[in-house]
Order: sequence, then C-alpha cells, then structure tokens
Amino acid sequence: MRFENLPCGYATAFAPGLTDPEIIAPDDVVAASGKGVVKRYNVYRNNVTVSLIEALAAIYPAIQRITGIEFFRAMARFHARTTPPTSPLLFEYGRDFPAFIESYEYARGMPWLADTARIERAWLDVYHAADLPVLAGQALATIAPTSLVGVRFKPHPAARIVRSAYPAVAIFAMNRSDGPVSPLRSGEPEDALVTRPEQEVVVSRLPAGGATFLVGLLEGDPLGVAVTAAFQEAPSFDLQANLAGMISAGVFTAVQHGD
Amino acid sequence: MNDSTRVTTVGERGRPRGWTPGAQEGTGTSFKHEHLSAILADGLEGGFFEVHAENYMGAGGPPHRALAAIRGNYPLSIHGVCMSIGGPEALDVNHLARFRDLVARYEPMLVSEHLAWSSHGGTFFNDLLPLPYTKETLANVCEHINQVQEAIKRPILLENPSTYVAFASSTMSETDFIRAVAGRTGCGLLLDVNNVFVSATNHGFSATAYLAGFPLERVGEIHLAGHSEQRDDENEPLLIDSHDRAICETVWNLYRDVISHTGPRPTLIEWDSNLPDWHVLQEQALMARRVMAETEMSLAEELSREV
Repeated sequence: MRFENLPCGYATAFAPGLTDPEIIAPDDVVAASGKGVVKRYNVYRNNVTVSLIEALAAIYPAIQRITGIEFFRAMARFHARTTPPTSPLLFEYGRDFPAFIESYEYARGMPWLADTARIERAWLDVYHAADLPVLAGQALATIAPTSLVGVRFKPHPAARIVRSAYPAVAIFAMNRSDGPVSPLRSGEPEDALVTRPEQEVVVSRLPAGGATFLVGLLEGDPLGVAVTAAFQEAPSFDLQANLAGMISAGVFTAVQHGD
Repeated sequence: MNDSTRVTTVGERGRPRGWTPGAQEGTGTSFKHEHLSAILADGLEGGFFEVHAENYMGAGGPPHRALAAIRGNYPLSIHGVCMSIGGPEALDVNHLARFRDLVARYEPMLVSEHLAWSSHGGTFFNDLLPLPYTKETLANVCEHINQVQEAIKRPILLENPSTYVAFASSTMSETDFIRAVAGRTGCGLLLDVNNVFVSATNHGFSATAYLAGFPLERVGEIHLAGHSEQRDDENEPLLIDSHDRAICETVWNLYRDVISHTGPRPTLIEWDSNLPDWHVLQEQALMARRVMAETEMSLAEELSREV
C-alpha cells in the first residue's frame, strides 16, 4: 500500500523512517532541482533521535555520569528508537527507561543502575507535581492519643518512595552533581524518599522500616497498621524519628481522622 | 505590566474575531530558567519573554514559580511547539485543554504555534515536521487552527517553518498557503526570518522574493535565531534551524527589510541550546531594538523629504 498517495497520507509515509534508519524517505519527499533527499531526510531523523536522547540525558543525568556519555547515548538511542514518546510532554518521557536499563545487555554489570534511574525519574515527577501545603507538625499534637492509631494521612502530590536492594541513594547523591566520586562505604540496601518540602526537590535515605511505614500510609493504611508493619519488618523501627522525618520531608498534605 | 498590548480580540459570543495588530513593538528573548536571577537583576526594560508552552504543562513546582516571577515583571509570549497543527490526524484534545489552561493562567501578550506536525500514529517525534501544501492540507490546517482559536478564545500567530525537504504532491507555494490560512482562519502570523533564510538556502529560492510574497500585513511577531550549516547530498550548504548561536548578518539585513515594510513589530531572539550568558541574549535583543529605531528614523526622514 502506498500511503503517500492518500490525500493525507504524508505523515504516515514520513513517520516510520524517523525512528528506523533502515527506512528511506518516501517517494513524495523531494528537493529542488532534482537534488537528493538522503541527507535532507536524515536531518529530521537526526533531530528526532538526538532530541530524544537529550531528553533522556536531561531526565537521567546521574545515569549519564555513571555510564559515561558514549555508553549512555548508545543505550538511550536504542530506547528512543524502540520506545519513542507517546505524549508531547517530554517531562513524562522515559518512564520505561529504568526497566529498559535492567534488560540492557551491556548494563548487566551495574545491577544498581536501574534503581538509581528510578530515583531520577521520581525526582522529575516530584519537581513537576502540584503545589499544596505540607502537613504541619502541630497537626499531630492536636489529635487525642487514643485516636492516633486510626489516623490516616492525605499524600502530598510531590512524594515518591523508591525501594532498592542496592545503595541507590548514595549512588544517586554522588552522581547527581559534578562533585567528586568516592568509594561507597557500604553495599547496604537503601530506600529513597523523594519530596519537595519547600521549593526544591529533596532525596533522602529512609531508616529501617521507614519505607514500609510510609508506603502503608501513602496507600491509606491507618497509622496503627503502618506502625505494626514497620515493626514487623524492622524491630529497630523508631516511630518518633520516622514521624518527625515524614513531617519535615513533607510526605503528606493533611490528616484524615478515622474513616 | 501593560495589558493594553494584548492581542485579545474576542467577539460577542466569545469567538475570536480575527487577528488585529496588537503590540507594535518590543523586543524579547526566549526565557530559560538558568537566566532567571540575571533577568530579575538586570532584565530587558520594555521587553517581553517567550516560553515553550509544553515546558509549563506540569501541575506545579519550580517551573511555574519561575514563570510567575517573569510574568510579574514582563509580558509573556506563549509559543506552542507540539500542537501538531500541520498533521493529518485530529488534534489531541487533552493537549489542547492544557494549552487553553496555560493561556488562561498566564494571560500572555502573544500566543503562537507552528505550521508543522510533531505527533502521528500515537508517537510524539519532538521535531517540527514538514507537510505538503495542497487543498486537502490547507483545509485540515485551517480546521485545526479554528479549533485552537475556539479553545483559547483568541487568535493565534502561526509560524512559517524551516524545511529541509519539499513534497512532489505540493500544489501551492508556502507563502500562498500561509496567506490562505490567515485569510480563512483570521489568525495572525509569526514571521521567523531565520526560517525564511534557512528554507531559501535549502531550496534554492530567494529569501527576498519569499518575503515579497508573504502577507506581511498580518505579522504580529518576528523571530530571529541562529542556524548551523551542514552539507546536502550534492555537498552544497544545507542550513539547520539550530537556535544555538547568535543571529547572522544576512538575517539581520532581511530583518531590516521586513521592518522597513511592516514598521516595528514585537521581535524575539530565539536561543534554545548552547545557552550563552544572559547578557549575550540581552545584547541581541537590544540590537533588534536599535534596528527598529533606526528603521523608523530613516522612514521618517524619507517621508519628510517627500513632503
């Protein structure tokens, strides 16, 4: 079927080659004075691929720093061609990139890379999330102690948790800026909390049981249930410290009493 | 903030009545967050700033805070990059709603989009892609522009593209196509002088002849930008609309010619990558301002000689 002969088939004919270098320009694409169109069509192909690689590099700067630019661009080019964006909002792009990294043959020696990427993707979600006040510490003080176990919290739109079996928070923090890279002090698993308590995005490492505690609360569990789950996972769970941390990080926007 | 310069012309039943000249002058630059503090310290008096609409379609956070800070001090131009007006498919109604909300939120002085397409078959290509100029594409583009103007309750400015290829199936020139679009939809035009020069070089036509055929009376904004150079299959220059450097002398000269025909028009320095220090952009904007002032002076002199 020759799409380019349909009245509005120009886009259907023009598009496939943009993400597939094996496909040549459609017949309807020409240049003045009978000039060739190979390099001309390649300008569009190049614009598409390079701009998507750059979009991924802007979303995943720590990954690019870890892998080096050449490695990153090869990996990103592969991903951009097989999984181009579906939305015109580029800050929504790259959600499948961490899973792609996990399956990318040449990244197998860096099993912690995908979780580091997940923190970077969460960072951008938090950056663009809606503006709402964060829950003030006093809000808890006004609740009768007997009612505390039934309290639920309304999640702040700018709050994400990324759990990792690797020291992903330390790797993220060390590579997100241009600062010096030092050897990791431990290979312990690290859970990341990503929030925007004031104006800037903050990534912090959650203490033992902290992720289970906050994930429960974010999913709507009452405080008592979330605390029990946290203690079950980590007997060393420190309730006071975790409550103070969740308030100062701005994980929630309001208290919801009872059901 | 001078709201009297807005291009808003809303008809009795909230329908855009068609573009009429709004702001007559003023120079601006692309706004990039890296420049925010420098602009707030030493900005562009009497100027304006332009942003890509899509960068501010998130729900909240630092981007909106930065844009609100600029909007508190300067008029804005909202420049859509991804509406895919030139595509054969129906417009993305979600994207159109976001565009409408953004225009309502920031009340920009200027609103513009491109004669190009960027999405097709469920994929977003993040580039301004070309279309053939035919009766069918004309009807389609007009329908899309009407839809956008209905949504935002004001006319848009449509920008002429930079192109690297043409279509054998085209039956109209680009200037005839653009003139017909403006006539049918009542939209105004954003004349990108660099795009004219880039396309003229790439397709071997005269930029001056193109401008002679362009409906200059409908121009509500002018874009100036830098371009890079590659080689085509015949090893001849192929210019790329790269927005990554200062404006070349030839484009400045074309701009002088345009201004001498149109009189002052809001003029924007577009710079999107390889960003320089703010003062480099500021100086390019002041250069455009000087060109407008000099052109007005020489026009006035000519008129006084003729009297």
